Amino acid sequence: MKTKSTRFSETVLLHGHIIDSLTFSKVLDRIMEEGARFTIKDIRVGQRKYEQSRASLAIETDSQKKMDALLKNLRNLGAEVMEKEDVQLARAPMNGVFPEGFYTTTNLETWIRIRGQWKKMTREEMDAGIRVNPRTGSAEPVRFAGVRKGDSFVVGQRGVKVVPLERPRDGVLFEFMTSDASTEKPKVAFIRPIAELLRKYRNGKGKVCIVAGPAIIHTGAHHDLSWLIQNGYVHLLFAGNALATHDMEAALYGTSLGMSLESGAVTHGGHEHHLRAINLIRRLGSIRAAVQRGKLRSGIMAACVRKKVPFVLAGSIRDDGPLPEVITDVTKAQQLMREHLKGVDFVLMLATTLHSVATGNLLPARVRTVCVDMNPSAVTKLSDRGTWQSTSLVTDIGYFLRELRSQLQRK
Amino acid sequence: MKLLMCAPRHYAIQYEINPWMKIQNRVQHGLAEAQWLQLYKTLQTLGADISLIPQKKSCPDMVFTANGGIVEGKTFIPSHFRYKQRRGEESAFIRFFREQGFTIRDAARGLYFEGEGDMLHYQDMLFGGFRYRSEIGALQSVSDSLGRRLVSLELSRPHFYHLDTCFLPLDDRSALYYPDAFDSYGRKAIQTFVQNPIAVSREDAYRFACNGLRLGHTVVLNQASRGLKSRLSKLGYKILESPTSEFMKGGGSVKCLLLTL
Repeated sequence: MKTKSTRFSETVLLHGHIIDSLTFSKVLDRIMEEGARFTIKDIRVGQRKYEQSRASLAIETDSQKKMDALLKNLRNLGAEVMEKEDVQLARAPMNGVFPEGFYTTTNLETWIRIRGQWKKMTREEMDAGIRVNPRTGSAEPVRFAGVRKGDSFVVGQRGVKVVPLERPRDGVLFEFMTSDASTEKPKVAFIRPIAELLRKYRNGKGKVCIVAGPAIIHTGAHHDLSWLIQNGYVHLLFAGNALATHDMEAALYGTSLGMSLESGAVTHGGHEHHLRAINLIRRLGSIRAAVQRGKLRSGIMAACVRKKVPFVLAGSIRDDGPLPEVITDVTKAQQLMREHLKGVDFVLMLATTLHSVATGNLLPARVRTVCVDMNPSAVTKLSDRGTWQSTSLVTDIGYFLRELRSQLQRK
Repeated sequence: MKLLMCAPRHYAIQYEINPWMKIQNRVQHGLAEAQWLQLYKTLQTLGADISLIPQKKSCPDMVFTANGGIVEGKTFIPSHFRYKQRRGEESAFIRFFREQGFTIRDAARGLYFEGEGDMLHYQDMLFGGFRYRSEIGALQSVSDSLGRRLVSLELSRPHFYHLDTCFLPLDDRSALYYPDAFDSYGRKAIQTFVQNPIAVSREDAYRFACNGLRLGHTVVLNQASRGLKSRLSKLGYKILESPTSEFMKGGGSVKCLLLTL
């Protein structure tokens, strides 16, 4: 999807003897002097001496502030701003239910017009309704679970403005990547800019979130992910019960789903290893306690605990255990993920479909995501779900993490 | 020519709403009355038919009748002053014109409009000045209501806050103007519509040379340089100086003291 570079638009109307008095040229000059753009939507020049002229102009600026200043300026020159309409509000009929016809959000910056003023939605989140405080005019995205009876929500499309995404600042870095999933991409060239981003955000200069699936352990890449965490490249981890379980199985028994990670052989009683790992952690009370008591010494989860990298483990119906930290109430897990995602700069989604989609749904479109999966349908699914800001790479996760680590170690 | 004037019974500098006004600049009342009377007599001698409106005590600037509104035929379009200090004048002018049998047409309702101060006839058009006092929207409404073509000019110097301080139409070909009081668009518009635009110098402009009135072959104004006098005499005009130093303390001169009826 191509993004536009201009974002705020209004229509102004000029009429009168605007050509004679050079008002028309003055207005156009002002618009350009202010760094805004215009399109003449309609112009009618008076043919006789007393006939007035009329023109309507669509003006675009890249910020609301600039637009306000420009409109003030143009109003003084006699331009009338075509009034846009306020949003329409309706009350939620009951808890967890939006009013009929509720406006559903996108992951783009959104503004609503209330009492003639444009207000920016507090944050961006897709697939939500917009709750408005009618007194203050503040607007926030709310999903079903957050709806309370009597809350005011935007209904219909009137008075809502969505700002298309600007070309990202790191555009050059990612320019050659599109969201098309393909196995044909030059992988090393793809991984290099990711390494550069991680370097840029290291040591408190940004916030990187990794969403990870258990294939990372099956492919033996958990060493590389632990290395990334230990070296300060990762600041938040989202995963499920399986990733944590197999990571600890590997740390405690050297196997993943019973297969030796060293030799690849099926080990005797190996199929029980992950259950024993879960049991141990449950006995100790938490993953954190297992690390603190020296029972868990290596792996992804241990690295998170040591580096104080917060993690959210969201449960699912097929989970064994689950581990004590796993949140089985999905709306609670979603809420926690939403809170942790505040201020995130970059999200790397590794070999998990469900958690990636869930995370993508919570993110504003301006946050860059990269999705890596063996299965083309997983990355396609994420693009189709609307998080089109995602760029993707179809490849083996083991190879990806190894290459990423070696790129980071090279410098 | 019919004119409306207001004798300066209560004229004083009581507030500051333009760069000329300084409260510490006290008006010499006797001198102000003498200057006003001299202007009155000069105009009368030149054949003007002058009506008088009594000054409201609380309206020291009411002597500047040009700002009260604009008259066309038997219709009076009242002003809506930008500054609250002058708003008391509005009702006084409306009452006066109603009593004189004029139709009052509030064409600039809800907008700032300062009458002939910012709107002058030139040929069959109206030239309007906006920014400091009148709004462009008001100029448009008024010219629409009078069915005339409007040339709107944005003023760009606070000392020349009304159009009549920097633009003086003389006849169908010529007008005096002070170029610096307009932006480049305004200057260009004047040069387009006025066949013979006569630019006055800074010195003349600050002596209110553009704030005058032409009656027949005479131009009455506060003061003009020899250069300006000779340029006007080539066009067949004689300049008659009528000093207005006391009124310049309030930001006005000859033209400001007159409203064309």
